[in-house]
Amino acid sequence: MANATPQAAPSKPSLWNDPQKRGILIQVLVLAAIFAFFGFIFYNTLSNYAQRGISTGFGFLNNTAGFGISQTLIPYQESDNYWQVFKVGLLNTLLVAGLGIVTATILGFIVGVARLSKNWLLSTSAAVYIETFRNIPVLLQIVFLYALLLKILPSAKESYSFAEAVFVNKRGFYVPEPIPQAGFDWTIWAFVLAVALVIVLRWIARKVQEKTGQQWPMFWIGVALIIGAPLVTYFMTGRPLEWSLPVLKGFNFQGGIRVIPELVVLWIALSVYTAAFIAEIVRSGIQSVSHGQTEAANALGLRHNQTLKLVVIPQAMRVIIPQLTSQYLNLTKNTSLATAIAYPDLVAVFAGTTLNQSGQAIEIIFMTMMFYLSVSLLISLFMNWYNNKMALVER
Amino acid sequence: MKTTKLLAIASTVVVAVSMMASAHAGGTLDGVKKKGFIQCGINSGVPGFSIANDKGEWSGLDVDFCKAVAAAVFGDTTKVKYTSLTAKERFTALQSGEIDLLSRNTTWTLTRDSNLGISFTGVNYYDGQGFLVNNGVKSAKELDGASVCIQAGTTTELNLSDYFRANNMKYEPITYDKVEETIKGFEEGRCDVLTSDQSQLYALRLQLKEPEKAEVLPEVISKEPLGPSVRQGDEDWFKIVRWTLFAMVEAEELGLTSANIDEKKSSADPSVKRFVGAEEGVGGQGLKLGNEWAYNIVKQVGNYGESFERNVGSGSPLKIERGLNALWSKGGLQYAAPIR
Repeated sequence: MANATPQAAPSKPSLWNDPQKRGILIQVLVLAAIFAFFGFIFYNTLSNYAQRGISTGFGFLNNTAGFGISQTLIPYQESDNYWQVFKVGLLNTLLVAGLGIVTATILGFIVGVARLSKNWLLSTSAAVYIETFRNIPVLLQIVFLYALLLKILPSAKESYSFAEAVFVNKRGFYVPEPIPQAGFDWTIWAFVLAVALVIVLRWIARKVQEKTGQQWPMFWIGVALIIGAPLVTYFMTGRPLEWSLPVLKGFNFQGGIRVIPELVVLWIALSVYTAAFIAEIVRSGIQSVSHGQTEAANALGLRHNQTLKLVVIPQAMRVIIPQLTSQYLNLTKNTSLATAIAYPDLVAVFAGTTLNQSGQAIEIIFMTMMFYLSVSLLISLFMNWYNNKMALVER
Repeated sequence: MKTTKLLAIASTVVVAVSMMASAHAGGTLDGVKKKGFIQCGINSGVPGFSIANDKGEWSGLDVDFCKAVAAAVFGDTTKVKYTSLTAKERFTALQSGEIDLLSRNTTWTLTRDSNLGISFTGVNYYDGQGFLVNNGVKSAKELDGASVCIQAGTTTELNLSDYFRANNMKYEPITYDKVEETIKGFEEGRCDVLTSDQSQLYALRLQLKEPEKAEVLPEVISKEPLGPSVRQGDEDWFKIVRWTLFAMVEAEELGLTSANIDEKKSSADPSVKRFVGAEEGVGGQGLKLGNEWAYNIVKQVGNYGESFERNVGSGSPLKIERGLNALWSKGGLQYAAPIR
């Protein structure tokens, strides 16, 4: 403390020697350099385009497409514009992704649980399934399945038919199409009502169980109501539904609902492939639940099914969900392999044909990438929300 | 110290990027001469036009054209490297500079010539779109409701839809990426009809296991002038490619073949003298090529007729008639501006 002389006001350091200001300066410079870099690339691209006479901008979306698409979920004609093509391709991608996610999840859970079964045959089959499909590139599986399907299915004239209503051939899977007539609304309302009723009943059943310990056979009540009520209404209103049956006319079947073989192949291949990964995730999730939990459940007298349903799976889900998210994202992105087998997804019809016919490579690839990015982010958001819901609530 | 280092790095990056940009501005001819070969975009496999043998050597009408340009520029047909492209990839490959020349049975249309930043240099095959069907169908008018296999990103895709709409018929397009997949789809029965340029259909039919069970319908539903194209905005390179094609046709008109050109080299015929570069002033200077550019093309590749017969005509399994592709003097459309 002896040298506690009052400090002279510090001389103002130069800009370079003041760490704070220097830091800011450097950051500004780096930021400017980055902006300059990307600005340059952007400008350079534009000027190169102009120099070579390639038109730019999104105006091309209004141009007439002029080509046909084999599967469209919304009305589409050749005289529609590229924007409509974008929507058609986008929906086709979402369709196969959605179908794939549902079946992959169901199949994955079944195989994952089977993998842990005490039955040797069952667990070994599951292991073989997982190791086979997980270790072969999915593109090969798609191409192989497509070639196989075209080989084994009959031609349109020799279709496999079931009751002259369902037909299967190389051109697709045909089922009768229901065409609602006047009065069919009642059946729909009956269905809605039954669902609402089941929700209320479940709530009551839970209250009853909490109070008295008595269980209602809610599953069977639900099934009976949801299927029974619309069915009874349907017959009471005089069956107001007509069926359009597929009929062979000329080269192909007309009428009915048709599922093109490309969709079937892509759907099966992606589901089977992704299910192998999901099965492993499910297994790891179940194994992460400590054995003590199962024993405690046994001690309480819960049956095997109940232990699984009420104790193990809810806890396993906390491990499973985050990993499931990345599998869903993988599956969605893998749908772009559709272009290998003529399934008209976004990449095939938009980033493929449209790009080629219009020449707008950068705009089209940009739009396609933004689509995949948005879908992936939406899936992540939803799964995160679900994960939070399932997460351990700490009290 | 740190700052100066950072600044140095930043400035290096900026300089490097601007150098990258300026390197791009050079002409295609200079670029080609510098690297010592021509990068030529061709089809991945259509017999007669461009197909690889078991040794990986390419041959065909379109491949011959690549070789002819190499002969004109380098006097050496081996100085070509090939990039096999699908229909979807071809324009992007040319636009981006990945290839110097696109010689891949590509139809010359207004949209492509004006919107894509590429220029067509001429027509090396006059084609038209047709249908390959299984025996039994006699006319394209009977195809209502048919499934049609087709290659993605082609003019055929658009013509097909025009034709069916104009005739008030329905169809189901099965759009594959590659030619090989379309023929496979047809063979396996995924579709009733394969549509493409007629020349390709004849070639693809031969690849079927039982070619006699399928036939090409007589109807031609479109004009398909197929020709080589280059990037837009490089006049020098454009002219070399255009005149290579003219030289091949002109050689046929003059009766010059790879076999007799050496013998005729000393001929007194002024048009032959001009052609082989024996007359000063009309040689390759204007094209920035050697005087013997046209001589090299004919000597090493042959004239248009030779290339046609060898690849798709009587000397090949395809046996396509000259038809529209005969010389103008013989009832066809092949006509070259005079070399003088």
